[in-house]
Amino acid sequence: MNIIVCLKQVPDTESQIKIGPDGKSIVTDDIKWVMNPYDEFGVEEALRLKEKHGGEVTVVGLGPKRVTESIRTALAMGADKGILVSDEALDGSDSLANAKAIAAAVKDLDYDLIFTGQRGVDDDLGLVGATIAELLGIPQFSIIVKVEVAEDGKSVKVERPIEGEALIIESNLPALITAQKGLNEPRYASLPGIMKAKKKPLEEKTLADLGLDSAEFGEGARKLKILELTPPPERAAGKIVEGETPQEKAAELAKLLHDEAKVL
Amino acid sequence: MGDNRIFAGGEFLITDVTPEEVFTPEDFTDEHSMILETVKDFVEKEIYPNIDKLEEKDHDLVLSLLGKAGELGLLGTDVPEEYDGLGLDKVSTTIVAEAMGTAAAFGVVYGAHTGIGTLPIVYFGNEEQKQKYLPKLASGEWCGAYCLTESGAGTDALNAKTKAVLSEDGKYYILNGEKMFITNAGYASSFIVYAKVNGEQFTGFIVEKDFPGVSTGKEEEKMGMHGSSTRPVILEDARVPVENVLFEIGKGHKIAFNSLNIGRWKLGASVMGSCKESVTQAVKYANGRIQFKAPISSFGMIKTKLANMAVKTYMSDSMMYRLAGMFDDKLATLDADAKKSGAEKIKVIEEYAPECSITKVFGSEVLDYCVDEYVQILGGYGFCSDYPAERYYRDSRINRIWEGTNEINRMLVPGTMMKRALQGRLNLLPAAQAIAGELMTYSPLSVQLPDTPLALQEHMVKMTKKIALMVAGVAAQKFGQNLAKEQEVLAVLADIIIEIFAMESGLLRTIKIIDKEGEEKAEYHIAAVKSYVDDIIPQIEAWAKKVIAYVEEGDMLRTQLAGIKKLARYQPIDGVSLKRAIADRIIDLEAYPF
Ligand SMILES: Cc1cc2nc3c(=O)[nH]c(=O)nc-3n(C[C@H](O)[C@H](O)[C@H](O)COP(=O)(O)OP(=O)(O)OC[C@H]3O[C@@H](n4cnc5c(N)ncnc54)[C@H](O)[C@@H]3O)c2cc1C
Ligand SMILES: Cc1cc2nc3c(=O)[nH]c(=O)nc-3n(C[C@H](O)[C@H](O)[C@H](O)COP(=O)(O)OP(=O)(O)OC[C@H]3O[C@@H](n4cnc5c(N)ncnc54)[C@H](O)[C@@H]3O)c2cc1C
Repeated sequence: MNIIVCLKQVPDTESQIKIGPDGKSIVTDDIKWVMNPYDEFGVEEALRLKEKHGGEVTVVGLGPKRVTESIRTALAMGADKGILVSDEALDGSDSLANAKAIAAAVKDLDYDLIFTGQRGVDDDLGLVGATIAELLGIPQFSIIVKVEVAEDGKSVKVERPIEGEALIIESNLPALITAQKGLNEPRYASLPGIMKAKKKPLEEKTLADLGLDSAEFGEGARKLKILELTPPPERAAGKIVEGETPQEKAAELAKLLHDEAKVL
Repeated sequence: MGDNRIFAGGEFLITDVTPEEVFTPEDFTDEHSMILETVKDFVEKEIYPNIDKLEEKDHDLVLSLLGKAGELGLLGTDVPEEYDGLGLDKVSTTIVAEAMGTAAAFGVVYGAHTGIGTLPIVYFGNEEQKQKYLPKLASGEWCGAYCLTESGAGTDALNAKTKAVLSEDGKYYILNGEKMFITNAGYASSFIVYAKVNGEQFTGFIVEKDFPGVSTGKEEEKMGMHGSSTRPVILEDARVPVENVLFEIGKGHKIAFNSLNIGRWKLGASVMGSCKESVTQAVKYANGRIQFKAPISSFGMIKTKLANMAVKTYMSDSMMYRLAGMFDDKLATLDADAKKSGAEKIKVIEEYAPECSITKVFGSEVLDYCVDEYVQILGGYGFCSDYPAERYYRDSRINRIWEGTNEINRMLVPGTMMKRALQGRLNLLPAAQAIAGELMTYSPLSVQLPDTPLALQEHMVKMTKKIALMVAGVAAQKFGQNLAKEQEVLAVLADIIIEIFAMESGLLRTIKIIDKEGEEKAEYHIAAVKSYVDDIIPQIEAWAKKVIAYVEEGDMLRTQLAGIKKLARYQPIDGVSLKRAIADRIIDLEAYPF
């Protein structure tokens, strides 16, 4: 069975995020870019299915040249081929446009399953998976923690957690699954895997290569506009309650809880 | 790499090296970066959560982690592919060693296993030995150990008492003796053991744990590295098949000394990894710790510590990858046959014996500096074991003792270089002789520096090379063959040479970054080099004068001191502001900044 895994590159969650002077984007200078953690679950699941059912795993990434690093990492983990959709006209595109480009890149490939992460840890929008499925006209299952493909490779049973219960859904293939934490424990890229990845095919495609009109992409074509980015409110400094005796302190505390915190 | 100039060991002291001629971490290939990520990931997910168990000597856990490392290929970077290894370049090996440097005592288990426990077979084993042992060691199925030290033979390693005698049927060597302080002894399956055949010929053997007569003694109670096993290995009529003689009878010293060169270089890489982590952890704490209503990282003295830690580490990092690149460049010149020959490859490593000692001494002392300040920044919490600083402090200390104490390595740096000079391998003497003449005409006042960001530092590195040559020349002239006995002089020479390699490695790396990325992107790298050179020049001047004051007297003393003064002439720059800027960057990133 052939599987496609979509891969986004995001700032490492350890990175210090700073908002840029335009107030709408982040400063990327000191950022370390990594594979979106939810996509790692997708890569791992695809590799496990391939080990069981055979076939090929193709990784599709979108973005600037640096995204090849993350594609190479997926290849080092064991994926077979990579495709990078890269075009200056893509800069500033919203999720819908990105999904359109990815759908165009995969539509003519031979696939049974597509994995995306349930969301990117950068924008937290969770739109790309659903949009790709819609554009390709295939069923979509979001936030999945368990995947079982039937012996004959024709259908899939997936599990989605809801409110402490599990929703089990079955579907014919092809289908698109968005991976959630808990699906698996992604493997490391082993050193032999890293050396082999060097020789695996990695194709680069522009919007023109995909037969797309660059006017439909980029900042100007956004349907979703970012108006402003603000950092989370800073945690106010703690307050030490003053007082000579425990009684005095307790009284002071009660007063503060009533007057300032307004919880009493 | 590949078409680079091939340097002789120690040649950096007498030649100008250009930035294009050194390998730097900025030159990592995609594969190098991925290898680094994999090992960091491994350490973070497999080792960090297990540190407490490892510290309590959970030996089964050690072996299972070694197996996992084997599955990922981490044990086979230096093992050729024919024997189930990967046969990677030395830069890759250095990367793995660096990232393992933060793995607490597991890093030691790993280092002893992949280094001195495996490489003697890679480089000196015959075909049967390689086929029999290397796949097991590369996969982690077997753990390796190395037995050189004895109670009476520490630094003086060749003074071994362990004896090997051929059995009457000629099939076995019977070994008797006791090896001391053997890392991994508690769970190793194979031991590289040195013994003297008939009490005379120093020889290496591959000894399996299950050979009759092989046992281990009691675990040592150590200051640090609690998670590694350290025991005596006892050989009581141990029967070792003759086919397990490693290399040639009477040539054990070749294996021993070459293994140490490798061990030193890898140790340099691993302590450097630890330095980076200590900076990151220290600044995280300092940013969060409030005293006097402010994070302690906002105080100047804490900033100085953070900056010093990072700057010294930057030099260590630059030296390590420069050396790895030197190995790879020279290895690339071997023809196809030579590339398959352990003996040819080990010659390449041996060429850089001085640099191996330099990086070992510098790296281990920078780590001791870093962990000391790491504890200090944590105040009382640094002294208590709830925080890792306390363990870092204890674990660091051994690195100045093993793989040759820093004393013996200091003696080896100028010692080896002078020996090679006498053999005509290294043109030290003409270079030293030229200095006297140059001094007559040289005037620091008429030096015109180009308008480049690090012109002054480039100039000072050149001048310190001249100082080193001058001091070496004066000492050699005075003491001749007896210089080997003048340890105080040798130690100072070593310190000067070590600092030159440090400054120059950081300098060349930084110029390479400026050339590639522009001055703005290299702002903090430039500050690091300026600040380091600013700290070191007065030290080198003082060291050099001390030697001259010991060696010369009267008019000669005055002339030579004036010469040193001229060469070392340097107007201090504003180091305080440089360090503040570097510290602010560390504080902002909450991490090692380079
Ligand atoms: C935890 C641990 C693990 C170890 N693992 C291994 C291992 O796996 N395999 C192995 O073979 N060994 C191992 N060793 C041994 C280690 O390599 C030795 O401890 C080291 O070589 C020093 O020898 P020594 O302890 O006998 O000290 P000594 O040689 O007695 O040295 C004591 C002091 O005298 C100095 N000194 C000695 N000779 C001179 C000289 N000529 N000039 C100036 N100063 C001198 C030394 O520098 C040192 O400061 C280990 C040691 C420890 C503590
Ligand atoms: C084993 C042990 C026994 C002890 N026994 C006692 C005891 O019996 N009684 C008792 O009262 N206390 C005791 N202490 C506490 C000890 O005195 C404190 O640990 C010490 O005063 C440092 O305070 P701190 O640990 O909070 O470090 P911090 O004050 O947080 O200091 C951390 C670092 O920041 C630096 N720093 C802080 N402020 C500044 C500044 N303004 N400018 C520049 N640098 C600054 C410090 O020098 C240090 O390097 C003990 C501590 C230990 C570890």
